[in-house]
Amino acid sequence: MTKKIVITGIGATTPIGGTARDSWKALLAAESGARTLEQEWVEKYDLPVTFAASAKVQPADVLERHELKRLDPSSQFALIAGREAWADAGAPEVAPERLAIDWATGIGGVWTLLDAWDTLRDRGPRRVLPMTVPMLMPNGPGAAVGMDLHARAGIRTVVSACASSTESLVNAWEHLQDGVADVVIAGGSEAAIHPVTIASFSSMQALSRRNDDPAIASRPYDVGRDGFVMGEGAAALVLETEEHAKARGARIYAELLGGAITSDAYHITAPDPEGSAAARAMKAAIEGAGASLSDVRHVNAHATSTPVGDIAEYNALRRVFGDGLDDIAVTATKASTGHLLGGAGAIESIFTVLALHERTAPPTINLDDQDPEIPLDVVTSPRALGEGDLIAISNSFGFGGHNAVAAFRAV
Amino acid sequence: MASTREEVLAGLAELINDETGIATDTVELDKSFTDDLDIDSISMMTIVVNAEEKFDVKIPDEEVKNLKTVGDAVDFIVSAQA
Repeated sequence: MTKKIVITGIGATTPIGGTARDSWKALLAAESGARTLEQEWVEKYDLPVTFAASAKVQPADVLERHELKRLDPSSQFALIAGREAWADAGAPEVAPERLAIDWATGIGGVWTLLDAWDTLRDRGPRRVLPMTVPMLMPNGPGAAVGMDLHARAGIRTVVSACASSTESLVNAWEHLQDGVADVVIAGGSEAAIHPVTIASFSSMQALSRRNDDPAIASRPYDVGRDGFVMGEGAAALVLETEEHAKARGARIYAELLGGAITSDAYHITAPDPEGSAAARAMKAAIEGAGASLSDVRHVNAHATSTPVGDIAEYNALRRVFGDGLDDIAVTATKASTGHLLGGAGAIESIFTVLALHERTAPPTINLDDQDPEIPLDVVTSPRALGEGDLIAISNSFGFGGHNAVAAFRAV
Repeated sequence: MASTREEVLAGLAELINDETGIATDTVELDKSFTDDLDIDSISMMTIVVNAEEKFDVKIPDEEVKNLKTVGDAVDFIVSAQA
C-alpha cells in the first residue's frame, strides 16, 4: 500500500534570503537576487557576463571557522539548509538507522578542485591539502548534512544537472515507500559561480548578457529573455511518513504525492522541442499518485529564461493539460532567484509547498511583454489559490535530457 | 630565521585553531594530538603542511607518526630550523 509522505520541515539559503522563510518573503515581495559580481576575477578574465545571483547571506556569517575550512562552499550551503530544515521540523527524535539523506548537486566542488589545481601549479604537490578530494567530491554536501544529523539509513546523492534536486525528492519518496527510513532529508546545493562555469555557459550562449541591469536579466516568458542567470545556494526538505509525523505531532506543510523521472535521449543540452518525455514525467507524477490532471491548480515551472527552454516546457505543459492549462496558475521563480542548478529543484519545491500551505501562488517578476508563443496564465503578483483540494507540481529539467517532476497536495 | 620554542608553540597553536577550532590556550606542550586534542589524521597532515610553510622547515611524512604530542612537534620544528 502506498504510504502518505508529508513535508514537515524546510530550510534554504538562496540569493534572495538566508533562510527558507526569508526567501519566500522576498519572493512574494518581487525581489531579485541578481547582482553585479564584485570579485576581482570578473575583470581579470574579462568575463562576458559580469553578474550572478550570489547567496544573500554568506556561509562565513553562519558557520564556524573550522566548518568553513573543511567544506567546499556547496557543502557549506548544504549544511546551513539542512540544519534549518531539521530545526524547522522540530528536530524529530528518530533512530539514526531510520534517518536517510537524499541529496543532489549539479556540479560538485568546483571551487575546491580548481583552487587545488592552481595550488599544484604554483606551489607544488606538498601544498595540496589532504581535504582536497573529500571537499571536491559531489557526494560531499550530502555527507556533510548526514554526518551533522547522524543519518545512518543511507546518504545518497543524485547528479543530473539542473534536474538533480527534484530527483532527490523523487528518490526520497521512493525510499520512504520502500521502508528504508522513517524520515528523509531531501535537497540539493550548488556553489558554481566560478569563472570557468561562467565562461562555459557564456560560450554556449546560455546566460543572459544584461550586464547593465542584472535585476531584470532573468525574465522567463518575456519576449526579451536572453538566457538564464547563475544562482547559488541550497534547499532542504524534511520528509516523513504521515504516520510518523502525526505520531510526533509535527506540523505538516503539504503532502508529497509522488514524482517521476524520464529522459529525452535527444540532445546533451537542448530540450526535445516536442517535450514528449517532459510531458510523460508530469503525467506520471500526477496520475501515478492517483490524482487527476484537472486537480492541478499551480505549476512552479522550470522556466530558466532561455529562448528555447521556456517554449519547450510550454509545449510539454500544453501536451499534458490541453485546454485545462489555461486555468493553471504558472510561476517561474528563477526570475527572482536565478538558477541554482543542482539546488533549483529543491528551492522550487519549497516555494511550491509554501504556495500550497499558504494557498498563495508567488509572482514571476520581470514579465513585461509576454511571448505570444507562450500563452500561459503567468502569476505576476501573489495570487490566492482558493479553497478545496489543491495540487501543484514543480518541474525540473537538466542538461543530459533529464526530466524530473514532483507533485504536491495541500493538506 | 630560527624561532624560540615559545614562538613555535604559539604559531602551532594558531594553525591548530585555524584547522580545528580548538582554542589556542588549550594547545600545550604535553597534549597528545590524538588523545587530548582529538585531531584526526587528515587535520594532522593539514597542520603539518601549513607548519612547513609557516616555519620554513620540511617535516617528512615518516616523521609525522613520531610527533605524538605538541611538544614533539615543537621540538622537531625548532631543531629543523637550527
